[in-house]
Amino acid sequence: MTDAAPEPRKHYLNCEYSVRSWLLTTDHKRIALLYLVSISAFFMLGGILAGLLRLELLTPQADLVQAETYNKLFTMHGITMIFFFLIPSIPAVLGNFLVPMMIGARDLAFPKINLLSWYVYTLGAGFTVVAMVTGGVDTGWTFYTPYSSTYANTNVILTALGVFITGFSSILTGLNFVVTIHKMRAPGLTWFRLPLFIWAHYATSLIMILGTPVIAITILLVALERGLGIGIFDPNLGGDPVLFQHLFWFYSHPAVYIMILPSMGVMSELVACFSRKRIFGYNFVAGSSMAIAILGFLVWGHHMFVSSQSMYAGIIFSLLSFLVAVPSAVKVFNWTATMYKGSIALRTPMLYAFGFVGLFTIGGLTGLFLATLATDVHVHGTYFVVAHFHYIMVGGAIMGYMGGLHFWWPKMTGRLYSDAWGRVAAVILFVGFNLTFLPQFVLGFLGMPRRYHVYPPEFQMLNVLSTAGATILGLGYLIPVLYLLWSLFKGQPAGDNPWGATGLEWQTPSPPPTFNFDKTPVVTEEAYAYDSSSEGHRG
Amino acid sequence: MWPQVPQALRLIPEQASTVAGQVDALFLFLVAVTVFFSGLIFLLVLVFAIKYRRRSEAERPKAIHGSLLLEAFWTVVPLGIGLVIFVWGAYLYFVISRPPAAAMEVYVVGKQWMWKLQHPTGQREINELHIPLHRPVKLTMTSEDVIHSFYVPAFRVKADVVPGKYTSVWFEATKAGEYHLFCSEYCGTSHAVMGGRIVAMEPAEYERWLAGGVGEESLPAAGEKLFGRLGCNTCHRSDGSGRGPSLVGKFGRTEKLTSGETIAVDESYLRESILNPQAKIVAGYPPIMPTFKGLVTEDQLVQILAYLKSLKTDGQAKP
Repeated sequence: MTDAAPEPRKHYLNCEYSVRSWLLTTDHKRIALLYLVSISAFFMLGGILAGLLRLELLTPQADLVQAETYNKLFTMHGITMIFFFLIPSIPAVLGNFLVPMMIGARDLAFPKINLLSWYVYTLGAGFTVVAMVTGGVDTGWTFYTPYSSTYANTNVILTALGVFITGFSSILTGLNFVVTIHKMRAPGLTWFRLPLFIWAHYATSLIMILGTPVIAITILLVALERGLGIGIFDPNLGGDPVLFQHLFWFYSHPAVYIMILPSMGVMSELVACFSRKRIFGYNFVAGSSMAIAILGFLVWGHHMFVSSQSMYAGIIFSLLSFLVAVPSAVKVFNWTATMYKGSIALRTPMLYAFGFVGLFTIGGLTGLFLATLATDVHVHGTYFVVAHFHYIMVGGAIMGYMGGLHFWWPKMTGRLYSDAWGRVAAVILFVGFNLTFLPQFVLGFLGMPRRYHVYPPEFQMLNVLSTAGATILGLGYLIPVLYLLWSLFKGQPAGDNPWGATGLEWQTPSPPPTFNFDKTPVVTEEAYAYDSSSEGHRG
Repeated sequence: MWPQVPQALRLIPEQASTVAGQVDALFLFLVAVTVFFSGLIFLLVLVFAIKYRRRSEAERPKAIHGSLLLEAFWTVVPLGIGLVIFVWGAYLYFVISRPPAAAMEVYVVGKQWMWKLQHPTGQREINELHIPLHRPVKLTMTSEDVIHSFYVPAFRVKADVVPGKYTSVWFEATKAGEYHLFCSEYCGTSHAVMGGRIVAMEPAEYERWLAGGVGEESLPAAGEKLFGRLGCNTCHRSDGSGRGPSLVGKFGRTEKLTSGETIAVDESYLRESILNPQAKIVAGYPPIMPTFKGLVTEDQLVQILAYLKSLKTDGQAKP
């Protein structure tokens, strides 16, 4: 296809080269790459901060930094990783690139709004980082009142404003996806023929649209109380500090599903492709995404079992939390069953899929300790919680993101990376991750509270192990940066469909032309028809 | 400042309260569930990855669309196990949340960045609490500034300490020793050092410790003085002839309000009535009480509360 022809094929990357053509693009694929650059920068920043935190925790005393700096560091790490990396990661990069392609559309429904989302996100996030770097903020990413609204002496209002602004990009992206998925599916692409990646993004978009306004309002209320002294959360002004926690977790618990659902969507694509099998129980995997999105809005109170919330409220929230665990379990069982009697290829993306299954399973099951009232009373606010949510967010969400990035990289760039290096990095990440966070479960059970820069000496051994693991984890993230960048210049041409995958995105050249398909595809079969003969051409 | 624990790498924290063993039993059951299901999934993935590895690029395995029976099975089984854990956890939560009636009461005020504790007999402690073994101890807690959380890992209990209201936590120590006290809700710069120790002592030794304290006034006695000094007793006369209701024997009862609602007279209601008297007026009395906000500290509020709670109707307490 690309041999000695005088003029190379035009695609979305080589159609124009000017900076202006990137900054004013309305092509969802180019916007996806803009997002990729932005979120990678924030991920790197968040990672460096994590490294500093782990370094300080090597010893029980304060050596590297003192209390004030440490508190600012973990706040910045949390805000950067959650709001500026994890929440946008898969939807804004992979979702942006793939949602139109997977449904056979030329672009998203609102291409200009899509570009606006990226500007809002990048400016909001950049603004926040400037606020955090210049003055710093020490409230933790949770902004609990009345500390944040009255007592903290740091840049709370500016930081909150930045997070507030960034939220709009999330709402706009969600809106764009929902409309696109409803209105722009190719002929024949019925709801139950959609790839599960699309179902996952649909569910995620609903949460973004319904949940994000609540956090925006909450952050605004904190700023109002702090700036103008309007009493909402501070009891000295007639407010209720626990009200903040209700509002905050009403968004922030569903936000966990904003991070993990897209990753689950990636999982379904990877497991099907590298097992060459239709996803076992397609309807149940699709339905469980919707169940998670809906039930996820009803469990926020499990963050508040020791907050002075009523005992009876605690019992209801505990029960609902056990219900939301079931659809996640259903997904894991279905992915595993998909491999049964498959044709399993251990390529790099599939290793990330294995990593996801392993780490997400542990993350999910340790969530039960926190949904259970009596055990939560003991481990709430300790390193057990820290370990649990890193298993979900790093072990789950980031493993899925890495797997997806490796899976669609050839489509996005037209190049292949070294599969051998890819597999080495995936294994290093898995080992490093477990060494970092398994000891933290034990630390939490032993009673070490989170957000401590100094700690009793008997906790040192486990902290040293964790820091050692973080070093390996850091290396595991560095290697892909190198070979992926290398592949851009030296990688083999990927061909249209290097993995032999089904899905409309693989039926168009890599990299795809600006409007994705030369003619609108017509869909005549279900997703993941790996046994049918219509799937064939591979590069 | 931290007590020495000989074992540098222990896996289970010290069990030093009546609930610790019960919480650990549930915790270990959860560990077993986690290990079993993670192990099952790991094993299946491993076996499938080896057994069904791709042997030729031409392989086209047959599609399996799913199985309703299996879906039902792996929906119902996790749900069933989940519900068992839920009930077990909720039952224990009831035990942990409801202090026994006979508990010894200690008052706790948290502030950035220290714990102030007062025994009913008047002894005050900072970042340290001495308690007798084998006797339930109930802490009634509030904060002067931000939210803190009172956490004793060896007892497996914790509760947030929230400004503007009272929360409580209780425990019964079963083993003499010194245990960590941590603040487990982030509260600002020195959050990590807002801790101390709980010293659990044999009852006799505890009595000696109490006696060794400088002759401090008991909480109710201090509260009674305040009650007079602030002029509370001019309206709240014990014989009910004042402009406000008599407060004798009121604690723990329910009262009818002017709004028609009823309210339980507990620490939070008394606190509110002192700081914001117009909020909930007892039926039959005029809304004339001024606020004492800014006139009493959290420590003094605790003393007044202790006094009001000591006013029994059987005529034992002083009017």
